[in-house]
Parts: sequence; structure tokens; C-alpha cells
Amino acid sequence: MPINKEHISSVNKAIVRWGICFVLFWTTHADCQSKMAFITGGTYVPLYGRDSLQVTISNFFMDVYPITNEEFVAFVRKNPKWKKSKAKKLFVDGNYLVQWKSDIELDSSQNLKAPVTSISWFAAIAYCDCQGKRLPTVDEWEYVAMANENLADARPLKTYNQFILSWYEKPKTYNNSIGSTFKNYWGVYDLHGLVWEWTSDFNSVLVSGESRKDVDKDSNLFCGSAAIGATDLMNYAAFMRYAIRGSSKAKYTMRNLGFRCVKDKN
Amino acid sequence: MRNIQYILIFIGILLLQFSCRDGAAKNNGVAIFECPMHCEGDITYNEPGNCKICKMDLMEVAKSVRKVEADYISEESIFNLTTKWVTEENRTIELKDLKGKTLVMVMIYTTCKAACPRLVADMRNIEKQLPQENRKNMHFVLVSIDPETDTPEHLKAFALENQMDEEHWTFLQGTKDGVREFANVLAMKYKQISPIDFSHSNIISVLNAKGELIHQQEGLGVDNKETILKIKELIR
Repeated sequence: MPINKEHISSVNKAIVRWGICFVLFWTTHADCQSKMAFITGGTYVPLYGRDSLQVTISNFFMDVYPITNEEFVAFVRKNPKWKKSKAKKLFVDGNYLVQWKSDIELDSSQNLKAPVTSISWFAAIAYCDCQGKRLPTVDEWEYVAMANENLADARPLKTYNQFILSWYEKPKTYNNSIGSTFKNYWGVYDLHGLVWEWTSDFNSVLVSGESRKDVDKDSNLFCGSAAIGATDLMNYAAFMRYAIRGSSKAKYTMRNLGFRCVKDKN
Repeated sequence: MRNIQYILIFIGILLLQFSCRDGAAKNNGVAIFECPMHCEGDITYNEPGNCKICKMDLMEVAKSVRKVEADYISEESIFNLTTKWVTEENRTIELKDLKGKTLVMVMIYTTCKAACPRLVADMRNIEKQLPQENRKNMHFVLVSIDPETDTPEHLKAFALENQMDEEHWTFLQGTKDGVREFANVLAMKYKQISPIDFSHSNIISVLNAKGELIHQQEGLGVDNKETILKIKELIR
């Protein structure tokens, strides 16, 4: 049987195409996984710092948007142990993904493009880990979040604080789509205005000192004495975030608490 | 064009295989039995026997996943954590290697000058008040919140210095992430406030032999009567 030259060339072409596809696929896939913004490190004084007050942040990448409901559905499909019915009680409380209709379906009132909420710290850690990323530290998160549209540190501006405080008064912002608030100096969206976000070392916030006894009830969030030690007593918006962190436990889930991931620069 | 379509489909299928490591949950179940004729629908039993309706022998479901009950780890157990730890004897362990004994756990760091010596004293105080003959049923574990400084050598020196080097004392060095995760499982807070100092919650936790949290004592030098009572119930 004579060998068909055309056949060989078509096989060759297929191999080449296959190769190109594969290369294209990895580059595009790496990109579409979720967009990240590059954050240039620096030093700043957070609301609650260390003994030296100044905190130094290294260069890193941060997700441009919080993780959405849609993305989290895809995650639990691939990782069944994080399904609502399977997640272990050590890692999630009873309200984990409470609004979801089933293990992989949202309630009809939920927006696929809204940030995923009602997830625990453990679930957030697992998600980021799965992407080859991690949760931001409190200091990293606060560093990026002190920016407004034009300034890397907009904290002294009245408008900056007013925006955050007026968000606190708005109900149900957790069901708004990602990207619906402002794009900040670093190109990151929605740090303020949709949901609060988990941080890797949220349990480093000891708002009231040695014992956690007086930080486990909501009523203590407003305890004035806890603000002593804060570098900026006027920064009530940030104080609220620290208070929430100080009163959280890792298996807690909240309707207005989501997350996003970060990655080290190499 | 056909070729490209096939290739895309092929890549798609390849992609589906990707999932996080450890994606398939381990099946820790005990043996389950059911009627081979399914007379009672999906009803299953935890031990062998006969079907109440057709009287046939119950059949074991998924024999391959069967494990002894001692291997069962409940949802609330800290033995679900799979991080690795190094002891003061330079042995690498997982928390589940501590299974089978009542655990009294505390988080400290050895360079601590303020609260930790008192926490350690509290631990020794608790130990002293428990019956000697039950020692083999309990284990005292001190987990370092400063894994960088507290190497196995440091921990060993600390153990000797504080006369806590017997069998039933274990000191653990973890990884930074592992320690953070462990602290979160016990709802412990800590923060590095300078290169050599941490502030942290002062909590002693009591866990049963299955790794489930039973009791937590908060504060320094507090009355540990309740803690001791709980431990006595567990080691009986």
C-alpha cells in the first residue's frame, strides 16, 4: 500500500497545531484564571501595627476582584470536600453557603457575579491554595485598601472615609456584581463597597489585649477602650474592620464576608 | 478545522482531570451493611445481620473502604489537620499520631518572659493534680507560636530546664501556616509584635482521645478546678 504523502503532511500539521494550541492554552489560561494587579511594596503605618508602628510590605500581586459565586461553584465542583453538605464541622459553621439551594446551585435571588460570601477562613484558604495563591495578610490588605482612585494612601481624605462609612449604611451590597465600585490606584476593585474580606492572619488582631474573653460578642465591637492603641483614632472605618477580625473565628461564616487571593512576586 | 476541534475537545477533557490535590475526600467510614435485595430501599446498618423482610444475610457495602473504627476521625476532630510537626526529640509527626490519649494543649514560645512562664506553670500545676496512675492515658502538648526560633533543640532545652521532659510531655514546632491553622482551630489569637515578642491569648485546651475539643481554660493563674474535673472525666 503506497504511503499517502498528503496524509503525512496532515498529521504533521495536526501535531504543529496541537502544539500551538497547547502553548496558547497555557498562556491564556494563566491569564483568565483571574486578573491580578501588581502592588509595589512600601512602608506605611497601619491602624494597629507592631512596636515600630511602621510596617513594610513586599511586592505582590492581588486579585483585581473578589472571588465570585460563580467561581466558587466551579471550585466546589472540583473539590467535593468543600461542598456545603461535605465540609467538615471543624472547618465551617452551620451557615456555610447557607443561601445555596444545593451543593452546586445558588438560590435564584443570588447573583452569580456577586462576591461569594458565607464562607469560612478555611474554605477561603483552600480556594486560594488551589489556585497556587494565598490569602493576603491584614497588613497587605490594608495597604492596598488605603488607596482611592488616584492616591496610594487616601486615608487623610474626608471623601475616602465618607465613602466607606456610607457603604456600611447600605444594605445588601453583597449581592452586587464585582467591579461595581471604584477602581483604585493599584487597579484593584471592590475593596470597599461590596463585602468585607478574609485575611490570612485575621487572628492576629487582639483588639482588647491578652484575653479574648471580651471580644467574642458583637456588643464589644463598639467598645471605645479598644480603640486605644490605634494610631488614628479618627479612622473609624478601619477600626470596624479590625473589630470584625478580632471577633471572628476561622470557621465562622458571614453574609457580608468574602475574600480574594494574592500571590508573591516569585 | 476538524483537527482543531478534536484538539480542543482533547484539551478540554485533559482540563477536567485537573483539580486540587487531595480532591477526592478520603473515605474514613466504618463498615456499612445493606440488604442485597434492597427490601428496605436505601436503609443501611452498621453491623452484619439479616434483612428483616427477606431474611437474607446483609451484605457489606464498599468493602474496600472499610477501616477499623479506631481510625475514624470525626468532623470536629483536630486530627483532620494534616500538617507536619517536629517534636523536641526531632521526630516528624502529624497531630493524629497523638490519637488515643486525652490531650491538654497550650500555645507558647520559649523566649517569652511575660505570660508563657505562668502558662507553663499552669500546665504543670494541672499535671500535678491528676492521678499518677492515669498518666499513660494523657498527653501534655506545648505548641510553639514562634516556629522560627523554637527549633527542636530549643524546645528540648526548654523541656529539660522546666522538668517537662518525661514521656507525657511533647513540644511541637510547626510551619508558619501550620501554626496559624492550628491556632484557628482552637480559636487562639496571636500576633508578632517585635522580632522576639508575641502577644497571644492565654488558653489551655482539653481534647478527648478522638481529638475533639472538650474544654478551654482562659486567662493566667486562674482556678483550674473545672479543667481538672474535665480531664478526670476523660481519663477515667
